[in-house]
Amino acid sequence: MPIIKEKTPMPSQDPQERSRNFNEVALGYTEEMALKEAERCIQCKNEPCRQGCPVEVDIPAFILKMKEKDYDGAIAKIKEKSNLPAICGRVCPQESQCEKYCTLGKKNEPVGIGRLERYAADYELNKGVTPPEVPASTGKKVAVVGGGPASLTAAADLARLGHQVTLFEALHVAGGVLMYGIPQFRLPKEVVQTEIDYIRKLGVDIRTNAVIGKISTVDELLEQGYDAVFIGTGAGLPYFMDIPGENLNGVYSANEFLTRTNLMKGYKFPEYATPIKVGKKVAVVGAGNVAMDGARTALRLGAEESYIVYRRSAEEMPARTEEIHHAEEEGVQFKLLTSPTEIVATDDGWVKGMTCVKYELGEPDASGRRRPIAIEGSEFFMEVDTVVMAIGQGPNPLVPTTTPGMELNKKGTIKADEESGATTKEGVFAGGDIVTGAATVILAMGAGKKAAKAIDEYLKNKA
Amino acid sequence: MYQIVATKVLAPTIKLFEIKAPMVAAKAQAGQFIILRVDEEGERIPLTIADYNRDAGTITTIFQEIGYTTKKLGALNEGDSLVDFVGPLGQASEIENFGRIVCVGGGVGVAPLYPITRALKEAGNEVISIIGARSKDLLILEDEMRSVSDTLLVATDDGSYGHKGFVTDLLKQVIEEKGDVKHVWAIGPVVMMRAVTGTTKPYEVPTIVSMNPIMVDGTGMCGACRVSVGNETKFACVDGPEFDGHLVDWDLAIRRLAIFKDEEKRAEAAASCGGGCGCQ
Repeated sequence: MPIIKEKTPMPSQDPQERSRNFNEVALGYTEEMALKEAERCIQCKNEPCRQGCPVEVDIPAFILKMKEKDYDGAIAKIKEKSNLPAICGRVCPQESQCEKYCTLGKKNEPVGIGRLERYAADYELNKGVTPPEVPASTGKKVAVVGGGPASLTAAADLARLGHQVTLFEALHVAGGVLMYGIPQFRLPKEVVQTEIDYIRKLGVDIRTNAVIGKISTVDELLEQGYDAVFIGTGAGLPYFMDIPGENLNGVYSANEFLTRTNLMKGYKFPEYATPIKVGKKVAVVGAGNVAMDGARTALRLGAEESYIVYRRSAEEMPARTEEIHHAEEEGVQFKLLTSPTEIVATDDGWVKGMTCVKYELGEPDASGRRRPIAIEGSEFFMEVDTVVMAIGQGPNPLVPTTTPGMELNKKGTIKADEESGATTKEGVFAGGDIVTGAATVILAMGAGKKAAKAIDEYLKNKA
Repeated sequence: MYQIVATKVLAPTIKLFEIKAPMVAAKAQAGQFIILRVDEEGERIPLTIADYNRDAGTITTIFQEIGYTTKKLGALNEGDSLVDFVGPLGQASEIENFGRIVCVGGGVGVAPLYPITRALKEAGNEVISIIGARSKDLLILEDEMRSVSDTLLVATDDGSYGHKGFVTDLLKQVIEEKGDVKHVWAIGPVVMMRAVTGTTKPYEVPTIVSMNPIMVDGTGMCGACRVSVGNETKFACVDGPEFDGHLVDWDLAIRRLAIFKDEEKRAEAAASCGGGCGCQ
């Protein structure tokens, strides 16, 4: 049988239409499409795709089950390793992970592993998730601090190993960036909550409205009888550029802009009471996934023009190709090799535009990307009325600064062993963005997974 | 769910709620705040802690019904519950024995000032308190403030009680007549706090103010609560809410408070006709 060279296309909402609604963009495969795509997998012996998966999903095995139309078997295979498959199937950067190593991808397009994962996960969500078997209790207690992907993964794995897990979340719902950051049109919140419910069914006690560092410190958790603590509090501290005008009315951090929209459902205002104000012309500064989310969200909130303003070129944009492509399709405009130097105000203190300079690229810098150099005399004025700063986030300091004896790195991230997540404080482990700085959902999940394994070892050796 | 165990009307539009939240009550300190949500569709609103009872596991908060959410909150009764209640957030006041200090409270700002004043009194300070309101019926916590102050002075804008005029008139008098004021605490509307810092500036009396900017998560994540202090951007939720009043950029603070003024009106209008009808 000849190999089909291209991935089965993902059906999606029409760009014109979807840029004005918050419904999911990618609609998911039909069974027919899923089978067609699964058929493309050649089940090669050396399984290179697996080395690209941070949570070590047995990819060929689950695809084989799909070929056999055994979707229950497929999702069971995935869930041996991943606790959040419907989320991973949607937001993992597959092109730089599993699919990057796919044998088929050497000459043709790789197998759409993420799309198949999503199909299997959605199949189960539609059918009703099978409650997991909960093992006998080990009698050990673990506190998990934070409710994002690293913490959820660590909590789920620890619960599956029989430990008694309590997860503390500062916001009123668990999920972290999955709830407040990634928009509904890319990751429906109902999907996130269903996967979190699954983790709850594993026996994890999820306590919302619980800010560790305030109601209890890590030391107090250890005193209260937790045998180990995992810190997964993420990169929840927005960076600003430190340019004039950044505190003007109409300038948001991406975190605020997305939190108001996604977590607080500002797009349903006033039915939901949290307002979000967006003007006619919106500039999002930055070009990562968060920036793409911001620019696409602005259109959906009614902006007439939405710009990505980025100081390097298209090649260096850190966002996923698919997200950039979706943004382009929806009409987001790219102002590349451009960066603001000042945000300019109207008489009453609202944004009326940005003074920008043009850049050119020089030699590669420490990050390996070509260094942007400002072009002298290239200043120009860009008329916008809303600015969203999406230039990255730092580690949230609430837990690091209230945990004496736990060493930090220069940037305020927690010093932790890459393999085990062990910090310099006994019994305390950390993983995800609080260790690495802002990264991806799946890397955070990988870190949570490794830490769970290490915590289990630690608890076994602990008297 | 977080139950409202007691309510009290302190003045027209100003209410006191005692809310069951043992974890928060166990750790609450003067100067800190909480964030609550009334219901599932509700926004997260920050309110300062007016008192706490560790034994009963309750937090007292006092609020003025001014906008959509505070009005909705005010409509609740004893026995009702809030969906969310999180805290204690922000830094606690730095209480020391300074010597002679003045605590200035305006309007509903007297509420968070009360536990700070009490703590300052307990720390051995000579406490002169000045509280004010637009008129007598809007004055709150007079007895409570008196009980933790060596001297209590009252001002009302309309002269219906105490000194006719502003708290700053009384503050100026105290500084000039008594002298040797080591520290001033001021909590109230932004314009009042700005006026207080303007009054103390020529005498170089260190003045602490408590900022109440627009906020969402309250843990440093969203950056909505930016205030400029000494030309540096600070997040009121984690760096504050208290700051050196002489370094605060007041014009900026006032402007930022008005960001969602139009939306606030829209929410209220929509609610008054049953909500979400789209007539606005």
